[in-house]
Amino acid sequence: MLMNRGLNGIRESRNCKAQKYNSGVVRKRRRLLMQYEAVIGLEIHAQLSTETKIFCGCSTEFGSAPNTQTCPVCTGLPGVLPVMNKKAIEYVVRTGLAVDCTISPVSRFARKNYFYPDLPKGYQISQFELPLCDGGHVDITVDGTTKRIRLNRIHLEEDAGKNIHEGMGSESSVDLNRAGVPLMEIVTEPDLRSSQEAVEFMKKLRSIVRCIGVSDGNMEQGSLRCDVNVSVRPVGTEELGVKTEIKNMNSFRFVEKALDYEIKRQKQVLNEGGKITQETRLYDVNAGSTDPMRSKEESHDYRYFPDPDLMPIEIAPAWVEEIKAGIGELPAVRRERFIKEYQLPEHDADMLTAERATADWFEEVVKLGGKPKTVSNWIMTDIFKHLKETNKEINETNLTPEHLASLLDCIESGAVSGTMAKSDVLDEIWKTGVMPEVIIKEKGLVQMSDESELEKIVDIIISNSPGEVERFKGGEAKLMGFFVGQVMKETKGKANPKVVNELLRKKLS
Amino acid sequence: MKLFELDIAGAVSALDNGEISPVDITAAIFQRINTVEGKVKSYVTLTEESAMKSARKAEETMKSSSRLALSGIPLAVKDNICTEGVTTTCSSKILENFVPPYESTCTQRLKDQGYILTGKTNLDEFAMGSSTENSAFGHTGNPWDLSRIPGGSSGGSAAAVASDECIAAIGSDTGGSIRQPAAFCGVVGFKPTYGRISRFGLVAFASSLDQIGPITKNVKDSAILMNVIAGHDNRDSTSADMPVPDFTAVLGHDLKGMKFGIPKEYFISGMDAEVETAVKEAMKKLESLGAIPVEISLPHTEYAVAAYYILATSEASSNLARYDGVKYGLRVEGDDLIDMYMKTREDGFGAEVKRRIILGTYALSSGYYDAYYRKAQQVRTLIKQDFDKAFEDVDVVVTPTTPAPAFKIGEKMEDPLQMYLTDILTISVNLAGVPGISVPCGFTSGGLPVGLQIIGKDFDEESVLKTAYAYEQGTEWHKRKPEL
Repeated sequence: MLMNRGLNGIRESRNCKAQKYNSGVVRKRRRLLMQYEAVIGLEIHAQLSTETKIFCGCSTEFGSAPNTQTCPVCTGLPGVLPVMNKKAIEYVVRTGLAVDCTISPVSRFARKNYFYPDLPKGYQISQFELPLCDGGHVDITVDGTTKRIRLNRIHLEEDAGKNIHEGMGSESSVDLNRAGVPLMEIVTEPDLRSSQEAVEFMKKLRSIVRCIGVSDGNMEQGSLRCDVNVSVRPVGTEELGVKTEIKNMNSFRFVEKALDYEIKRQKQVLNEGGKITQETRLYDVNAGSTDPMRSKEESHDYRYFPDPDLMPIEIAPAWVEEIKAGIGELPAVRRERFIKEYQLPEHDADMLTAERATADWFEEVVKLGGKPKTVSNWIMTDIFKHLKETNKEINETNLTPEHLASLLDCIESGAVSGTMAKSDVLDEIWKTGVMPEVIIKEKGLVQMSDESELEKIVDIIISNSPGEVERFKGGEAKLMGFFVGQVMKETKGKANPKVVNELLRKKLS
Repeated sequence: MKLFELDIAGAVSALDNGEISPVDITAAIFQRINTVEGKVKSYVTLTEESAMKSARKAEETMKSSSRLALSGIPLAVKDNICTEGVTTTCSSKILENFVPPYESTCTQRLKDQGYILTGKTNLDEFAMGSSTENSAFGHTGNPWDLSRIPGGSSGGSAAAVASDECIAAIGSDTGGSIRQPAAFCGVVGFKPTYGRISRFGLVAFASSLDQIGPITKNVKDSAILMNVIAGHDNRDSTSADMPVPDFTAVLGHDLKGMKFGIPKEYFISGMDAEVETAVKEAMKKLESLGAIPVEISLPHTEYAVAAYYILATSEASSNLARYDGVKYGLRVEGDDLIDMYMKTREDGFGAEVKRRIILGTYALSSGYYDAYYRKAQQVRTLIKQDFDKAFEDVDVVVTPTTPAPAFKIGEKMEDPLQMYLTDILTISVNLAGVPGISVPCGFTSGGLPVGLQIIGKDFDEESVLKTAYAYEQGTEWHKRKPEL
């Protein structure tokens, strides 16, 4: 990896030289311009999909009326104590195992002290020394190149509540439903070099946490949020530049835009002879820029110390083994298997294994007799399009693997045309969930493959279009489409295109 | 004997025999309160109405079903222990009107055994202090000399027991807050092993040191209350999942062949001569009962107070952050959020609480953490090891509870260091987490009680109670009553 970076450096400085010679007037100024590379590290917060909060029995469900999912523990009343939700520990360990972390045999919780209305105890229970997971890595592929992104740690902490300012006039109120929801913080090493890599990493991680069932990764609801640390340095150097932190972004697009803006800004500041200030910035969605937070809000000394209310957690090797056994096949492994076992192109394997549900669904259809590549094509085009339009998951629609397998059978046997299958039949399945063979029969969509019947129609079309016939014979081969279209129109799309093509070719030659 | 003078054991048997009813004894206690509370001022809140109601109910249930361990027994509870529906102030203005919507595990267990709550007793604000003078609601008097302090922070509980304003009381002990006021007020105060009694519902001062315990007229009553309140609680992760013995079973066993350690570091220079004499007499008494004295050393004792005031204040600075005016308790409006925080905490906390928050915040600050907090934790480990080593040779350790008897009201308020040093002999016990009791062992010429501290090893409350009981039964000190 170091080698690669060095090579990049040489290539870019050559470009720089070329520019210098080509642009006469600005030569002097150009010589001063450095080439910079971005150095990016991420802190990703993923809400764990436990049913109850981390230290009490309150529900973690999203979207309830404010302060209806609270109790004395998560509202920080005097005298109450936290009790660890073992499931939350299990989920973090599961994640750690999925990304090759070292699981700490002994882990402890610490208090992060700061005042804010959404933080009912005046401290957040988090981890400082001895996090649950150490190290680990995630491999990402950008522009065909695979790169290993090292992780620093994964730790467990509680979420804060939410301050509400809108519709409150000059007052604010606090909703503590989210206070105490378990969060896992995944911290990377500064191994990312571009906004594309950062986004790709987040997508990969989201896919993993969803696949192993520890988080729904729902970014709109804030289940997956990201802080980025970014600095720039002259290409070819190893020393890190002064970094800024951009806080709390909950979409891939924002992360990409904020990073692009911030990297450009830092380069510009340095090129103009300025210095980068170490600070926390916020991404302004509307302006598309990052702006410093008020220094008052960021000048925290969190005074971390071990939480005396929670004993150190001992994680037995036997338990780790048990969790490991329950993880199942990870996306990266499944991707490789799909390529090998089903002879799918890499792109197909990527798309199908990004979500466990999709991959499961695909394999179900294949098990029912679907040809892998055909099934994959259907999923990646018509099905994904429908899911996007309706904002649904693959297992939330009327179309089951049985439907698709049977529909593919119907096409294979010639009972229905592929065109008809993708339009009328599929539409009907989306709407009603009726099996394709029933739809085909009831709606009279059975494909016309009878040669003598089709021949009659072909003859009529040919005799009705003398001009086109003339031109076709004169060499306009693309008019074949016109004739097929006419037959299809006449048969309301039911004609078997293969038979029609053969007939036309014969008649027109 | 007057009804309010009864101890738990005596009241239970009188109730059992039908000589008295729960209403009789509860009414007698409130009558006593009416007579002396104006002088002693043990209570922050009295719950006479609900107590009498509970007493009448107890009378009904006692007729129909078998009685519970504490049916009809009026007890006082320190006002930093949450009682559902009853104001729990921690003697702080910031929680002046706080009514908990939940019951502490300790008082729930008392409730389950039929106790009657007489009221909530005064303390140093958030249990920070050694004299009960740091209360937002006025100081409590020492029943033996009303111009003197009752000790603290459980001064209200100790004074209430000494002046018969309850049959017994519950306190909490972070650095001596049960044992020191018990010694000053001439009663028994027992801090069990850390983790023996659930802290759920005890408003936290220093979570790794806080422990609930009984303050009673004699050792047997402490054992009786321990039987009710001890035991694992799944709402407190630091509570020990250990079997709970019948603590009364060992009472009356003799001390023959038992070894008691006398740590030389506990007879410090400047110790009150009469206290020293009383304690040495007590040791002779133990010897005469068959126990064997062994000179021991707890070499890190001199660092205990310093380590304690770093650890306890560090934890306190964090524990008290929740009193911010946002959710409950006092709020003083301000120009903006920060201003509201500052005004609320400025008005809501007293001087000593502020002093400790500042100390703790400083000790945890980046750049100081290693020098203070981490170092203090290391000292704590050494102190714990001192005790572990001592208990290889002895069954219990015996010391004075305090270096001097109760001091005058106001005497040490201007000198926090002098105030902190009054806990010098009790603090190590909290740092080590081991159990310790204070029993009356004499009086000064001025008529002020002196306390004997008996310390045991982790979860060996039985040796502590056995020794204390044998000593008590061999003496008459616990029978003396203050004149009020």
